[in-house]
Amino acid sequence: MNELLPRLPFADWIDSGVDWLVSTFGSVLDGIADVLGGVVEGAVTVLDMVPSILLAIIFALLAYFISTRKIALFTLVGLLFIDYLGYWYPMLQMLALVLTSVFLAVVIGIPIGIWGSQKASVRKVVNPLLDLMQTMPAFVYLIPAIFFFNIGVVPGVVASVIFAMPPTIRLTMLGIEQVPKDLIEATEAFGSTTGQRLLKIQIPLAKPTIMAGVNQSIMLALSMVVIASMVGAPGLGEEVYRSVTQLKTGVGVETGVSIVIVAIILDRITQQAGTRKKKIGGKLS
Amino acid sequence: MNEQSIKKKIVVKDTTKVFGKNVKRAVQLLKEGKSKSDILKATGATVGVKNVTFDVNDGEIFVIMGLSGSGKSTLVRMLNRLIDPTVGQILLDGEDIVQMSKEQLREVRRKKIGMVFQNFALFPHKTIVENTEYGLEIQGVPKDQRRIKAIESLKLVGLAGYEDQYPNQLSGGMQQRVGLARALANDPDILLMDEAFSALDPLIRKDMQNELLQLHSDMGKTFIFITHDLDEALRIGDRIALMKDGEIVQIGTPEEILMSPSNEYVERFVEDVDLAKVLTARHIMKKADTIQVDRGPRVALRLMKQLGISSIYVVDKSNRLMGAVTAQDAVAASETDKSLEDVIISNLPMITPDTVLTELFDVVSTASIPVAVISEDQKLLGIIIRGVLIGALSGDNQFINNDGIIEPADQTNSEVV
Ligand SMILES: Nc1ncnc2c1ncn2[C@@H]1O[C@H](COP(=O)(O)OP(=O)(O)OP(=O)(O)O)[C@@H](O)[C@H]1O
Ligand SMILES: [Mg+2]
Repeated sequence: MNELLPRLPFADWIDSGVDWLVSTFGSVLDGIADVLGGVVEGAVTVLDMVPSILLAIIFALLAYFISTRKIALFTLVGLLFIDYLGYWYPMLQMLALVLTSVFLAVVIGIPIGIWGSQKASVRKVVNPLLDLMQTMPAFVYLIPAIFFFNIGVVPGVVASVIFAMPPTIRLTMLGIEQVPKDLIEATEAFGSTTGQRLLKIQIPLAKPTIMAGVNQSIMLALSMVVIASMVGAPGLGEEVYRSVTQLKTGVGVETGVSIVIVAIILDRITQQAGTRKKKIGGKLS
Repeated sequence: MNEQSIKKKIVVKDTTKVFGKNVKRAVQLLKEGKSKSDILKATGATVGVKNVTFDVNDGEIFVIMGLSGSGKSTLVRMLNRLIDPTVGQILLDGEDIVQMSKEQLREVRRKKIGMVFQNFALFPHKTIVENTEYGLEIQGVPKDQRRIKAIESLKLVGLAGYEDQYPNQLSGGMQQRVGLARALANDPDILLMDEAFSALDPLIRKDMQNELLQLHSDMGKTFIFITHDLDEALRIGDRIALMKDGEIVQIGTPEEILMSPSNEYVERFVEDVDLAKVLTARHIMKKADTIQVDRGPRVALRLMKQLGISSIYVVDKSNRLMGAVTAQDAVAASETDKSLEDVIISNLPMITPDTVLTELFDVVSTASIPVAVISEDQKLLGIIIRGVLIGALSGDNQFINNDGIIEPADQTNSEVV
């Protein structure tokens, strides 16, 4: 069997491809790494300058304005609890990692989603790629990330961005496509340009769906923190990872609960941001 | 010839739309005279509109009517190229929009053609006034200017005061008024309305029809109005095009469609129409016998005897209706030497020629003498005789005036009165 059908050396091809990329774009990659690393570390430094109690209050106020009073209270108590457990600094590191990744995923993902919603040919390429990205085990992204960006927080960010981006792209496309056909006809009948149609009608109407995508991206980025810590990204994920390898159940539970608290806060706040318009504005159906 | 084509607002020539694949082959088969269903079977392509040719005059309300799937929406959407015709020419003011570039087409849509949709198609995230000014907004009209126009336009459709509401806070009828205001704010020459009133309940619908007619006479725009409701078509259309399977089977005025359907399909279509809602006093009025007021009671009496009637209308020198005298009163007057003016009955039942038969019925059944039909300047146009009204309502064509010729009231009928 093996003699009839010699095994193709896929792995070798991919390795040499990665090698070629690294040697050709080395300086570019280094530049990207410097910027990303700088952003994440800068964010941690800035956040750490604020006293923990004050920062918790700021987040609670933010939650209060975007969301409900209940969630604001949960935010305050939850963050202070993490501080009390002594995971404040790792929590900030994780937050910086997650927010940077999500920011990039959104900044890259929404334009791709808009583009895909306009062109069937783009959709044909993007959709299978997204399927691939979502079914591929998250670990796999770590390998090229390490190759391109060494060890540390940067490969963690890169892997998180790739892993977290699909829902934003998908739901941006879906949201725009779901805008009722007669509204599109109306904008066309009045002589809108493509840009006007998108900016004035389709994107505003798709906003709740797009925000749902961003929300999912945040959750996926959070779920990546433990995996990212395997390549050296610091933060709560690292604590969890260490507790697992050292079989420290107590620490594992503490850090795990801390991650869940942050997840709930981010989830509720972003969920409300998407649906808030409904209360003020018209029905978005 | 040339002069005529200038007055045409829209000219559609040999226009066809085929949906789906194998469009070329479908067009070929169409040329060979194959039917819509044959072509669907042979190629899988749907013929939406099949080789239609018609024109619309400036300032006209042109109604397109037909059953579901007959191609009305497709046809109207080709007029602003929301749907591109497969073959054919569509001239707006003499310019072929099929040949236009994207930019030219956008300009036409912005300035010349407005559209109102069946399900209103209001933008749910914009307020009423924001919806109304949308057309101006995308043309880059400054905010304060377009707001003024939008508010004016809303006032026109009776929605002043609702500016800051959202569409879902309004009833269906009000939403469609917004749809209308939004289209009017751009001040287009042509307004396309695809089943604009179909989603409204009957009473509101009738109000909207009346308001549309009022707007039309105020503004003199050209309206293309789609409906599958014959009553509506007859009510508001100057001319009606009837569609079947993508073809136009008849074009004509409401009366032409109603009185001389060109084929069986049209006949079936109009068969169920409620004549009482369509026919007006003008259709059934008869010529009135009158006497001028200065003639005196004896002449009146003589005339009534001659004609075998028991009352007669009295008019002044310019045929303005003053009232009526009965034979009894005329006898009394001639015995006491009174003038005709002294015995005149002046509170007569009077109606305008556009009153539909349903509304006529009450007046006629309670009146003791035939009901007078008068023009705006009080001139006597004719009279309504009860027997004729009943005859017309029963669908008997001999009681209906064609082409506006009014026959004299015949004696047998007036005796019924
Ligand atoms: N986008 C499309 N793709 C394929 N076929 C279409 C498309 N739009 C319309 N058709 C077909 O074209 C024909 C005419 O449709 P159209 O919508 O113009 O009818 P209509 O007279 O407006 O009907 P209704 O009263 O139901 O609105 C129908 O057979 C329809 O199935
Ligand atoms: Mg239709």
